[in-house]
Amino acid sequence: MTRPLEPPKRKNPLKKTKQPLYPQSIRSRTAQGLTAAAALGRFELQKCLDCDAVIYPPRDVCPKCLSARVPFVPVRNGGQVLAETTIRTSTDPYFRERTPWRTGLTKLDVGPVVLSHLHGDVREGARVRLDLRLDKGGAPVMIALPDQETQHMADDPQLREMTCDPKFRRALITDGRGAVGQAMAQAFSEAGASIVFVGVADPWKPFPGQDALSKISCVEIVPLDVTDSESVTEQAEQIGGRVDIIVNTAEHVRPGGIMQRHGLTVAREEMDIRYFGLLRLAQAFGPGMRARGADGTNSAAAFVNLLSVHALMNWPQYGGYSAAEAAALSAAQCLRAELRPGGVKVLNVFFGPLETEWFQTVPPPKVAPAALARAVVQALQRGQEELFVGDIAQDIRARLAVNPKALERELG
Amino acid sequence: MAYDGIVACAPVTVSYRRFSINSAHWWIGRALHDLTRAAGIKPSDIDGLILSSFTLAPDTAVGVTQHLGLTPRWLDHAPFGGACGIVALRRAARAVQCGDAQFVACVAGDTNHVDSFRKTLTTFSRFAQDAVYPYGSGGANACFALITKNYMNLYGARREDFGKLCVDQRDNALAIPFAMMKKPLTLDEYMNARPISDPLHLFDCVMPCAGAEAILVCREDVARSLHVPFVRLLATIERHNAFPDDPIQYRGGWAMDVDELWQMAGVTPSDVDLLETYDDYPVIVTMQFEDLGFCHKGEGPEFIRSHDFTVDGSFPHNTSGGQLSTGQAGAAGGYLGLTEATRQLTGKPIGHAVKDAKIAAVSGFGMINYDRGLSSGAAVLARAS
Repeated sequence: MTRPLEPPKRKNPLKKTKQPLYPQSIRSRTAQGLTAAAALGRFELQKCLDCDAVIYPPRDVCPKCLSARVPFVPVRNGGQVLAETTIRTSTDPYFRERTPWRTGLTKLDVGPVVLSHLHGDVREGARVRLDLRLDKGGAPVMIALPDQETQHMADDPQLREMTCDPKFRRALITDGRGAVGQAMAQAFSEAGASIVFVGVADPWKPFPGQDALSKISCVEIVPLDVTDSESVTEQAEQIGGRVDIIVNTAEHVRPGGIMQRHGLTVAREEMDIRYFGLLRLAQAFGPGMRARGADGTNSAAAFVNLLSVHALMNWPQYGGYSAAEAAALSAAQCLRAELRPGGVKVLNVFFGPLETEWFQTVPPPKVAPAALARAVVQALQRGQEELFVGDIAQDIRARLAVNPKALERELG
Repeated sequence: MAYDGIVACAPVTVSYRRFSINSAHWWIGRALHDLTRAAGIKPSDIDGLILSSFTLAPDTAVGVTQHLGLTPRWLDHAPFGGACGIVALRRAARAVQCGDAQFVACVAGDTNHVDSFRKTLTTFSRFAQDAVYPYGSGGANACFALITKNYMNLYGARREDFGKLCVDQRDNALAIPFAMMKKPLTLDEYMNARPISDPLHLFDCVMPCAGAEAILVCREDVARSLHVPFVRLLATIERHNAFPDDPIQYRGGWAMDVDELWQMAGVTPSDVDLLETYDDYPVIVTMQFEDLGFCHKGEGPEFIRSHDFTVDGSFPHNTSGGQLSTGQAGAAGGYLGLTEATRQLTGKPIGHAVKDAKIAAVSGFGMINYDRGLSSGAAVLARAS
């Protein structure tokens, strides 16, 4: 039975903060297929298109028929643990400070035998489901989970190394003026975050939902304006050492492409809020988070970017907006590489039009802010790196994978 | 086809050291130097070379010929870990038999710098990198812990059984000056040692060290003309990636080829006077007893309980102490049994002699690529009458 997490004690400022380490993250190019699946929270292995053999570890050739047609596809993840061991000495500094560490061999029902991490509630001989997760270094790993949910399952120390669970962590929602920021604050509070800082620019100006927001348990409203470098830096000085998860909810949705608009005023605003805003947050909060990636139960864990799925392919009707989203996505990829050594994940969340005032004229389906917030929390609990929320986002993703040119024509 | 008139001679061990600041080239060079002395030949007489090493990078066997000033007409590289000695012997024997070379020097050597072991583990294989090392980085210990656990579950082996093997081997090692372990081992000490990766404890694991081993393969008449003691090669087997569908390794490739081994050798397991197994972990020794035909599958634990494995015992085994006592000098560990068996059969053991030893079996096992050892091999050697 998993022992429930204890709320973390107040940090002793005189004690050295443990420096983040991570397991070896080098993988073969083929094994990056596991990374892609794990990033999305999926379980995929290679399957031979010629003989149907399921293949693991990742290979370039099918070991049953020598076919080279071995793509990653979703497969059933049930299996049985054949043998387990508890590693008590390790040559790797990351594992060395985390021993004892349990691993085992699982025979999957679909064929292969997989060496995996073992959840604490899994025993030798037990039925398990294997899950693909990203470890502290962002590399894909297998973990055997109990077949059925167990109590406090997410609190297992080995599993928690692979997730960004908000429980007992402190989150910063960067903009609480909008429906998305408010829904996010609610979802983090419900997920057991110990503090939910909610940034509000010019807090003396009232805004809809203000009362309800301030009544959410654990919410602490702080002045924060992502378009103002000084404001961001000042807030980082105040709370930077206590922010474990950032969710950048600062948005700026304006319709129009390039030629419908006159001048650059709107485009500048879009870039200022979305692109430069991200850079300001990352520069002010990023280094501190990267240094606190191994800081106990409430270690820094994730930087969440909310992005229009049109960051991936421009939607000319909202062309300027799409371009700013694309800039933010590119910066987020850079940020991901920079935060990875600290064991801090960057979760990029893609969605279609939201159920908010600036998408008033767009027909459904649209994503409700509360649904978006719930999906973000779940993705953090799973330790995902990519998340597509809603039908439009899934649709765009699928079409992009098949034929990007067709998508470009069809959107314009 | 029989190995007519093919012999092995001039066994060489370059004394092991826990850590060395020298390179693998240095260790291999010392081994070949000692080999030419022992055989009474000049370095330029070596016209065949087969080489094994984990720590030679960025060089390969070709680079080593220039480094050492050798000009062989037959050259091979045997990256088979614990099976490299047997495979080298097998390759060399055919090369000499077919006239491709007159003297094939078989050599394995590795250095052990302070951080060599960890570096070797991280880059050992693509599967290790993708699917093993990130899972606790317990190295071969963690892999064999799972194999050991499974074997114990299947056949009722107990830690005490494995302990008996280790204790008896240590007894044999006490007479071996180059052994890393110099103190007797008791079963209590074995049982109470610190855990490494359950169910493995400290004395189930080999100590990585630096060292080199070599042996010379040539024709019998050539060996006679040099007045060097030699052993005859009766049979060899070799197998890689045997039984890929076994979910966990409970047998090695020997089980596929064992009939051929004894048939070719013209002897049976009961004729064997000493057995040198590859003992990276006791569970693998137990599998070799079974798979080489000294007992049936699953009877390994009972076999251990009913024998004494010391040099004077009922079943002389790993008579120089095995790697569990001498240390594991990288690829040279794959030669330990071969050089020891040759010394015993030529009446020149470093430690205690097995009385009236006529037939020896030597086996090798190596290369944990993912979840199991992939390479296996065995050889039967006979005293020159």
